[in-house]
Amino acid sequence: MNLSNASASLNAILPLVVVILWACALLLVDLFITKERKGLTALLAAIGMLASLIITLARLDLEAVVFNGMVTVDGFSNFLTVLFLGSGIVAVALSYDYLKRMGLEKGEYYVLLLFTVSGMMLMAVASDLIVVFLALELLSIPLYVLAGIATPRLDSEESSLKYFLLGSFSTGIVVYGIALVFGATGTTSLAGIVDAITAGSAGMGLLVAGAAMLLIGLGFKVALVPFHMWTPDVYQGAPSSVTAFMAIGAKAAGFAAILRIFIQAFPALSVDLTPVLWVLAALTMILGNVVAIAQRNIKRLLAYSSIANAGYILLALVPYGQSDVAADSVASALFYLLAYAFTSFTAWSVVIALEQVEGKGLELEDYAGLSRRYPILALTMTVAMLSFTGVPPTLGFLGKFYVFRTLLEGGFPGLAVIGVVTSLISAYYYLRVVVYMYMREGEPQAIRDPWLYIAATASAICLVVLGIFSQPLFAWASQAMLH
Amino acid sequence: MVPVEYYLGLSIVLFSLGALGVLIRRNAIIIFMSVELMLNSANLTFVAFANQYQLISGQIFVFFVMAVAAAEVAVGLALIVAIFQTKQSIDVDQINLLKG
Amino acid sequence: MPQEYIPIAVLIILATGLAFLVVAIGHLFGPRRPTQRKGQPYESGMRPFGPGTRRMPVHFYLVAVLFILFDIEVVFFLPWAIVFRQLGLFGLIEMIIFIVILLVGYIYAWKKGAFEWE
Repeated sequence: MNLSNASASLNAILPLVVVILWACALLLVDLFITKERKGLTALLAAIGMLASLIITLARLDLEAVVFNGMVTVDGFSNFLTVLFLGSGIVAVALSYDYLKRMGLEKGEYYVLLLFTVSGMMLMAVASDLIVVFLALELLSIPLYVLAGIATPRLDSEESSLKYFLLGSFSTGIVVYGIALVFGATGTTSLAGIVDAITAGSAGMGLLVAGAAMLLIGLGFKVALVPFHMWTPDVYQGAPSSVTAFMAIGAKAAGFAAILRIFIQAFPALSVDLTPVLWVLAALTMILGNVVAIAQRNIKRLLAYSSIANAGYILLALVPYGQSDVAADSVASALFYLLAYAFTSFTAWSVVIALEQVEGKGLELEDYAGLSRRYPILALTMTVAMLSFTGVPPTLGFLGKFYVFRTLLEGGFPGLAVIGVVTSLISAYYYLRVVVYMYMREGEPQAIRDPWLYIAATASAICLVVLGIFSQPLFAWASQAMLH
Repeated sequence: MVPVEYYLGLSIVLFSLGALGVLIRRNAIIIFMSVELMLNSANLTFVAFANQYQLISGQIFVFFVMAVAAAEVAVGLALIVAIFQTKQSIDVDQINLLKG
Repeated sequence: MPQEYIPIAVLIILATGLAFLVVAIGHLFGPRRPTQRKGQPYESGMRPFGPGTRRMPVHFYLVAVLFILFDIEVVFFLPWAIVFRQLGLFGLIEMIIFIVILLVGYIYAWKKGAFEWE
């Protein structure tokens, strides 16, 4: 590595560098912003991410392998980078008024958000297990703090502690998995692992054990059953704006790591791993959707819904070992993540609009009669629920459609049937929310914050419009992962 | 030289102790110490294999794990202190406001 | 190969044995006349008052955590120092960036008043 080499490397990850430098600068600038004007910090954070987003969008076809093969910029990473930066900006829009209302205005909130986004972006480009580990920690550690930012409110502290203990437990498993992979192949680079497998120098037993531990550790992060038990508690206790971001960003980043590692480095292990993925996906869809039926608290309901959705995303990965399906695997998983992100943000912004201080306004009964007093909110929530269920022409329907198509291509009709049946089950609890909003009498309370309404309606419109014109979006998601 | 299998065996024992500690113990600090034990068993594996393959990269990885673990310690202890100040207890069985 | 370790094993056995032996000798041959005063934590010292476990001021915790953070980061200087000459200017710039990032954290902690004792 020399200077010109290094500047080329830094240039390739310029969006990431911008976000990290901006976060460091904002940490210092925020010290001089008075407590009444924390809106300025929010604005600055959004501007930083917007600048990074513009740079990314300006060079969407950039492909490069830099930092001695530790970082790979390709279509896959560009897609995810846009997704992460978009989520970050929407999260700022959702947070600003919410934090003011709950008395949680702290400049550190936005700085931590920026650091989390930078960790996610690093995850998207990581092509070495060391970088995967660093990215995982860079996105997790600020999220632990964000979950507990409402201290001394006990539910937030509890949520934070639970997230932290389970999160660091899963990190321990991931690190041990990486150590075993290193022991089996003598390298941590994804390309190097493939070389070691094809050269026959890899210890296959250790490698399978390492891959399984990576799957378990990352499975905790994305809340796959049976590694999901922390999710409802953490999602319920954390401030809603944090939960929204956690449900989308952290899940997408976890899947970014799973997709990149498994498709790039472990196709040779698919004989051993595909049955495991099959079972995990089936369990996750069934348990997530069935338990969600019993939930009356909207945050817990969305938490179980996010578990179920993790199962649907995992479906796309099940046939990853078949080289002719692998490209579709990545594309449909990315597309589903995008659909999930739009749908979740729509739903969460309505939840945030209805939440009152002291955790009131979060029960299903509080949504009764919403269509009378707040027709726009009720309509956006309906679109989100339809998209979660998978009703055409929403984005959620297309997400499920592409995932099931990939499954059938890979020859797993049984799993596809489970997916369709659980989707039908999910219709019950998603549509119950709609029934409450339109057919029950009630006096719902919601706030009128322009940013929140813009975020909610814009993502609801995207759900429908992008659902109708989905072809270019899917073509973009299909851009190849560099090997 | 001690064969690498011995180190691997020791690290598996340490890792299992750590994982069991997380699952069985109820004190947040002890759970956290068990997590550290898991991380260090991974470090041991790295160093052992780095020595076997004569690769420096495995040892560098240990540095990264240590540095990140330090950051995790800072955040974790801060959380535990905060929750202790509110609740006067760090027993995870008593931390049950959120029904799970 | 295992023979190299025999001296260490012998040393461990001797050291452990000696420790047990010394304690055992005192136990077997020493006269024992326990009184209440002797049972106190500080014999012929201060009279103990209050319970033995006390809360530490939270300052200690903050300083300790900051110490852990900045202390551990120093591990990265060690490999850097070894290959400093091979890396040349590039390595120097990398390390300056690293230190600047640490410095940002330091300034933040300072301005937040983490180092003030009262």
